[in-house]
Amino acid sequence: MTRISVTVDGLAHSDDVEPRTLLVYYLREQLGKTGTVVGCDTTNCGACTVHLDGHSVKSCTVLAVQADGCEVTTIEGLAGDGELHPMQQAFHECHALQCGFCTPGMIMQSIDLLNENPNPTEREIREGLEGNLCRCTGYQNIVKAVQQAAGAPAEVSS
Amino acid sequence: MTALDDRPSAPVTGEVGRARLRKEDRRLITGRTRYTDNITLPGMVHLSMVRSPYAHARIASVDTAAAAAAPGVLAVLTGADLAEAHGSLPCAWPITPDQKAPHHSAVAVDRVAFAGEIVAVIAARSPRDARDASELVDVDYEELPVVLDLETAAAGEPYAHPDLGTNASATWVFDSAEAGTGSDVEDAIAQARQDGGVVIERTFRQQRVIPAFMEPRSTVVDPTGEQVVMWSATQVPHILRLMLALTCGVSESKLRVIAPDVGGGFGGKLQVTPEEVITLLVAQRLGKPVKYTETRSESLVAGHHGRDQVQRLTLAARGDGTVTGLRVDLLADMGAYLGLVTPGVPILGAFMYNAIYKFPAYRFTCTNVFTNKTWTDAYRGAGRPEATFAIERLMDELAAELGVDPIEVRERNWIKHDEFPFSTVAGLEYDSGNYEAATAKAKELFGYDELRAEQQRRRESGDQVQLGIGVSTFTEMCGLAPSRVLGALSYGAGGWEYAGIRMLPTGKVEVITGVSPHGQGHETAWSQIVADKLGVAFEDVEVLHGDTSIAHRGLDTYGSRSLVVGGQAVLKAADKVIDRARQVAAHLLEADVGDLEFADGRFTVRGTESGMAIGEVALATFAAHNLPDGFEPSLDADATFDPVNFSFPHGTHLAAMEVDTETGATSIRKYVCVDDIGNVVNPLIVEGQVHGGLVQGIAQALFEEAVYDEQGTLVTGSFVDYLVPSAADLPRFVTDRTETPSLTNDLGVKGVGEAGTIASTPAIVNGVIDALRHLGVRDITMPCSPHRVWQAIQGLGIAEAAVAGTPSLEQYTAPENSSGSLPTGVNDGGSA
Repeated sequence: MTRISVTVDGLAHSDDVEPRTLLVYYLREQLGKTGTVVGCDTTNCGACTVHLDGHSVKSCTVLAVQADGCEVTTIEGLAGDGELHPMQQAFHECHALQCGFCTPGMIMQSIDLLNENPNPTEREIREGLEGNLCRCTGYQNIVKAVQQAAGAPAEVSS
Repeated sequence: MTALDDRPSAPVTGEVGRARLRKEDRRLITGRTRYTDNITLPGMVHLSMVRSPYAHARIASVDTAAAAAAPGVLAVLTGADLAEAHGSLPCAWPITPDQKAPHHSAVAVDRVAFAGEIVAVIAARSPRDARDASELVDVDYEELPVVLDLETAAAGEPYAHPDLGTNASATWVFDSAEAGTGSDVEDAIAQARQDGGVVIERTFRQQRVIPAFMEPRSTVVDPTGEQVVMWSATQVPHILRLMLALTCGVSESKLRVIAPDVGGGFGGKLQVTPEEVITLLVAQRLGKPVKYTETRSESLVAGHHGRDQVQRLTLAARGDGTVTGLRVDLLADMGAYLGLVTPGVPILGAFMYNAIYKFPAYRFTCTNVFTNKTWTDAYRGAGRPEATFAIERLMDELAAELGVDPIEVRERNWIKHDEFPFSTVAGLEYDSGNYEAATAKAKELFGYDELRAEQQRRRESGDQVQLGIGVSTFTEMCGLAPSRVLGALSYGAGGWEYAGIRMLPTGKVEVITGVSPHGQGHETAWSQIVADKLGVAFEDVEVLHGDTSIAHRGLDTYGSRSLVVGGQAVLKAADKVIDRARQVAAHLLEADVGDLEFADGRFTVRGTESGMAIGEVALATFAAHNLPDGFEPSLDADATFDPVNFSFPHGTHLAAMEVDTETGATSIRKYVCVDDIGNVVNPLIVEGQVHGGLVQGIAQALFEEAVYDEQGTLVTGSFVDYLVPSAADLPRFVTDRTETPSLTNDLGVKGVGEAGTIASTPAIVNGVIDALRHLGVRDITMPCSPHRVWQAIQGLGIAEAAVAGTPSLEQYTAPENSSGSLPTGVNDGGSA
C-alpha cells in the first residue's frame, strides 16, 4: 500500500492505495465518485476522462499514485452552487446526450478542448474529441454544444 | 389522404411537437447517475469469469484449488457446480417446429462452443481479488475442429455442435404464391429471361458487427430480502424476470428486476445473459449481494453480435425497369447458440425485402446456421437493415443495368402516395406513406442535379478523387408488434404494452410505463403526451419505469416500439382517467355527465362559467367526502394496448461519397436524409435518434467488423481493433422530415429508433460504388475500408467477396483520425 494525498472536486483526501490501482477505480471505489465511469479497458473510449491539475486525462490510464499531490476535477465537481458549468448547460440545451454514459468524459474533454483552443473550428472540435466515443448521438449535437459553449462568454476553466 | 407538412409551418400550441429539453439530462450531466456498476451494497461479493480461449474444445478437467485458496476468494464454481441449478438459457423464438438447438448452460459443463464462453466463476471480496484468482484456474482443454465460415458451415462438417449432426438450425420460407399474396417468382424470373428482360443476380455479405453500447453490462443481485432484487444493465427487465423465473427455479413473485440508468443497448441488451443467470445463482448460493461487471473486452467477445448473413438475391424486371420478381436466399449465422430472439432476427427481414416497391412475386428462404463464434441476436434494426441493404443495392444495380438514374428506377416501381393502404407481396398492409414527397425534398436539400453534374465532370477529367451518389429510399416495419402476428411467427410472447396513470391528491401525475428507456428520452416525451392529454403542466408529470415492482407489466424497449405501442397505451390510460374524473366533476358540479366538456385540464358545464380543474377533481376524489354513489375513490387507470398493425416509417437518404482512386480512402462529402416518421412528439429527440442511427449504419458500411482468426479467436476484441467511429470520422448531417401520419395509432407516430441505421448503410455503399462504377467496380464487401476499396479498383473486389467469410486483420486498416489511433490514454494537453 502507498499513501497518497489528492484533492478531488475541492476536497482533500489522504488514502492508502495499492500501487497498481488506477485513478478511476480510486475515484469510484474508494471515494464513491461514481459519476466518472469506465467504458473500456484500452483507453479508447474516454468515458473516464477527468482533469488532473487542469488538464484532461483518461483516468483509466493514470495510476492513483501518479495523482499524489495533484488536484482532480471530475464531472461531479463542475457545477457550483447549483449552477451548471457552461459546458454542462450547452450539452443539455443542444441535446448532446442520450444514454449519458459517455457524457462525463465528453464534457470534461470538451472543457479541456476549449481551454486549449477557445475558438475552435468544427474540424478542430471533431479532432479534439476523437478520443471520446459516443454510440448514441452521432456526435452532431456534441459538436454543436461545444460550439455553443465556445460562443458563451463564461469562463471555461475547471 | 397523405399530407405533406413542412415542419416549421404548423405552429405548436401544446406540448406535443415542441422541442422540450430533456428531463433526464440533469443527473446525467452532473454525474449523479445510477448505472448498475455504481451500486454498492453491504458485504457485496464480486465475480470474475474464466472464459475459454478456444472456440471449440472438450473440457477435460478444471482445477480450481489454487484459485479457491487465493486471497479474498469465497467460492470458485464450475459448470458442474451450477448445471443443475438452471435450465438452458432461453430462446423465445423457435421459428420452426423442428428447429435444432444445443443446450446452453450459463457455465459450460463439458464442452465450449465459442471463444469467450464461461468455464468457471470466481466469487471474491473485491473485483481485483476475483480477477487475480481467475488467473489461477487451470482448465485442461482438448481442442475440437472449429467451423467459422458461414458457407462452409452450411455445407456440412465440421459441426459446431457434433451432437446435433448438422450445422443447420432451421429453414424458414415465405412464398407469395403459396401465401396468396402474389405470383410465383420462378415464373417471373423465367419470363424475364425469355422476354429479354433484366435478371440481376448478386450475393451480398452482411458482415458481423457488435452493438458496442457504451456502458458495459453489469448485474447486481441482492438475495437478502423477501424478494430477490436484481439490478441489471438491460433493455428488458420484464422479459428478464419472466425468463429467469422460467429457467432458474425462482418464483416470479419472489424476483424483482430493476433496470436503473442503462447506458445504451441497441438490441445488445435485449437478452437473458449467462452472466445475469450466474450472478443470480451465486447470490442465492452465498446469501450475499453479488456484483458482476464485464470489461469492454469481455463485452465484445461475449455480448451477442449482430447481422452476419450471406444474401443470395435474384431480381427480375422488364426491359422498361418494372420489377417483376424477387428471390431471396439467406444464410444467417447464429453463432454457437440461440439467444433470446436469435432465430427470428433474419425472419424480421423477410417482410422488408420488397420494401417500397410493387413486386408481384416474391420468395424468401432463410437457413439459420451454427458456427463456433459468439452468438448473434438483435442489433439496431434486426433483420430489416439487412433486407434494406439488399434491395437498395439491387435497385442501384438495376438502374446501372438499364442505364437510368437510380431514383428514376425507384420511382417507376414504388407505391404512389394515392395507392395507400397497400397490401404488399410479403403480406403486410402499409397504412400510409409519401415516397414522392420525401424524395423531392431530399433531392432539393442535397442539390442532386448539381452533384450529378459535378460527378460527370470529375469522371470526364479523370479526377483522382471521384464522386459517387448513393441513394436509399427505405421503409421499415416497426412498433413490435401485433400479438397475433407474433403468434403466427411462433414468437413466445405478445407485443402489447402497458401504461398506468396515478392522479395524486396535489394534482401531480405519475405515469407508469412498461417500456424501459436507456437513452431514448421517454420521460420527457411521455410527459409531453400526458401534459397535453390531461391539461397538466409538463413539470407536474413524473414518468416511472424499469422496475418490475413499479411498472409491474410491460414488454420493454426494442424494435422502435416504445412510442407507437407504449405511447398509445399512455393515451388510453389517460382517456380512462378523464372518463372517471368526468363522473366526479359532474357530480360535484351538479351537472349531467353529458353536459361536461373537458379542455386544457378543466371540466366545464356547457354554456356556463361553472367548472373545475382535473387537479381539483383529484383532490376531491382523494378526500372521497362527496362522490357519486358506488364510485370507487380513485381516478387511477391502467391500459394495455395491443397494436393491430406495425408502423411504417420511410425516407430518402442521399450520400455524396468521395473516393480517392489511388488510396481507396473514402469520405462523406454530404449526407442528406428526409425521414417520414409521421407526427413528432419531440423534434429534438427525433433528430438525436436519427443522427445516432445514421452513424451506426454508416459504421457498418465503412468501419466496423467483428473479425475472427482461423482458430476462432475474435481479433477485434477491444476498442483498439473494433472501430466504433469517432467525431473525427463523420460529417455534419442534413436531416429533415416529411410528416405523413401513421393511421395505426392515435398519435399518428411511427418508430424512429432504427430508421437511420436501416437507411444509411446502403446509401453509403451505393455512393462508394457509384463513384467507381465506371472503373468496373460492381460491389465491395463491407466494411468499405480503404484497402477493400483499393482492391476493388484494382479488379480484386469480386474475388475478395468470395472469401469474405474469412477476413483477416490485414484488411482492417484504420482510417485516418479513427478512434483506434490514440497512442496513449492521455489526451492532447494532458499532464500525466
